[in-house]
Amino acid sequence: MLAPAPVPAPLGLLAELTHRCPLGCPYCSNPLALDDRASELDTASWVRVFREAAGLGVLQVHLSGGEPAARRDLPEIVKAARDAGLYSNLITSAVGLTPKTLTALADAGLDHVQISIQDAQEKSADHIAGYTGASARKRALAAEVVKLGLPLTVNMVVHRANIERIEEMVELALGLGAGRVEIAHVQYYGWALKNRAALMPSREQVDAAVATVEMLRAKHHGRIVIDAVVPDYYARFPKPCVGGWGRRSLNVTPAGKVLPCHAAEVIPGLEFWNVREHSLVDIWRSSPAFNAFRGTDWMQEPCKSCALKEKDFGGCRCQAFLIAGDARVADPVCHLSPHHALVADLAAVREDVAYSYRSS
Amino acid sequence: MSEQQTALVLPTSHPRLPRGVRLTHNEAQGGWVLLAPERVFKADTVAYEILKRCTGEASVDEIVDDLAKAFAGAPRERIHADVVKLIGGLADKKLLEL
Repeated sequence: MLAPAPVPAPLGLLAELTHRCPLGCPYCSNPLALDDRASELDTASWVRVFREAAGLGVLQVHLSGGEPAARRDLPEIVKAARDAGLYSNLITSAVGLTPKTLTALADAGLDHVQISIQDAQEKSADHIAGYTGASARKRALAAEVVKLGLPLTVNMVVHRANIERIEEMVELALGLGAGRVEIAHVQYYGWALKNRAALMPSREQVDAAVATVEMLRAKHHGRIVIDAVVPDYYARFPKPCVGGWGRRSLNVTPAGKVLPCHAAEVIPGLEFWNVREHSLVDIWRSSPAFNAFRGTDWMQEPCKSCALKEKDFGGCRCQAFLIAGDARVADPVCHLSPHHALVADLAAVREDVAYSYRSS
Repeated sequence: MSEQQTALVLPTSHPRLPRGVRLTHNEAQGGWVLLAPERVFKADTVAYEILKRCTGEASVDEIVDDLAKAFAGAPRERIHADVVKLIGGLADKKLLEL
């Protein structure tokens, strides 16, 4: 009899500390139904989760949300990550995070800060965020981050309204003192799916954006690191979503549910376990949701016999479900998928309609 | 796609890990790792021996001397080349300050 393949050790934990957020971005990838404040895990639970995560092999924790600064215990949470030996990355809108709290976070051992900026043009940025004055606050907080000596990443989510200003965004990030900038095309999950027609760029825009990023990388080599998240509706090969299901990362929701990826709850029939009832180690190794698509045994054709199956892992399970209606088929983004034409049909639906904002 | 190294590594440079970059040991990951913003690098023995000396105290020259002493038998030029390559590559990625 064959011994079961050893379960790999995860590298990263996405800790969604809260779903509360002052912004209303139309591309939000959080689910349509949010966890409310009363259901959020308490400080002690996060302390335990971080300790268990480090024991499992996790090296980095991404403190996210919602807006993580909506939690008053954020400095204690950062300290717990540091005490557990984890590298902590704060993913923030910068709205509602005061310089005083930021200093407390730095003192608690925070390693890195990532601030989202919606556009290089302030008016457009505030419109996208659904928050007047957001852009100015973000720039001010970015300066505080640099002043404290913390490394800064600027994250720009790219879509039709700002795709022409990638060069200006990179200039802005350089001006703010960022060491790294993320040019992340919208991924259509959660709330973003509701706004797909209003956000979707054209193929020509995407091709130009990819060329711009390449040019900027060469131009600014050694000055700033430019990471790009590809716009997969125009791709021929799928992204290796979360580096493979149950392989490299895990995600804890505000209420303590542990997901193999951020959007996994859209897939019907998956059983997720909660840190309130199970240790993180048990969840990683034994929860039905993590084992549902781990490895390659679950695959069908064309993935099953594909030479790239250990590279892209069949793409994204959520996208397979959302577009093809079946989480077990190849990600329709792949040109070998029998459902590939559906992706082009969806990308062709582009309407200049008003955004649907989250109101929380 | 090979990128040209742009950082100039001088014998008098004092390399050090900047804030936000840490060298850590993790048993479950099987050894030493360099942690940075959204990045994890596994450090092999050579990388580890070089990186642990990048404290800002020692110059590149002193690091090479120290390594030559610790690994008697390895030619100094070879060690020097390894050190410059690793340090220069990491400096380009902003994972090391010179």
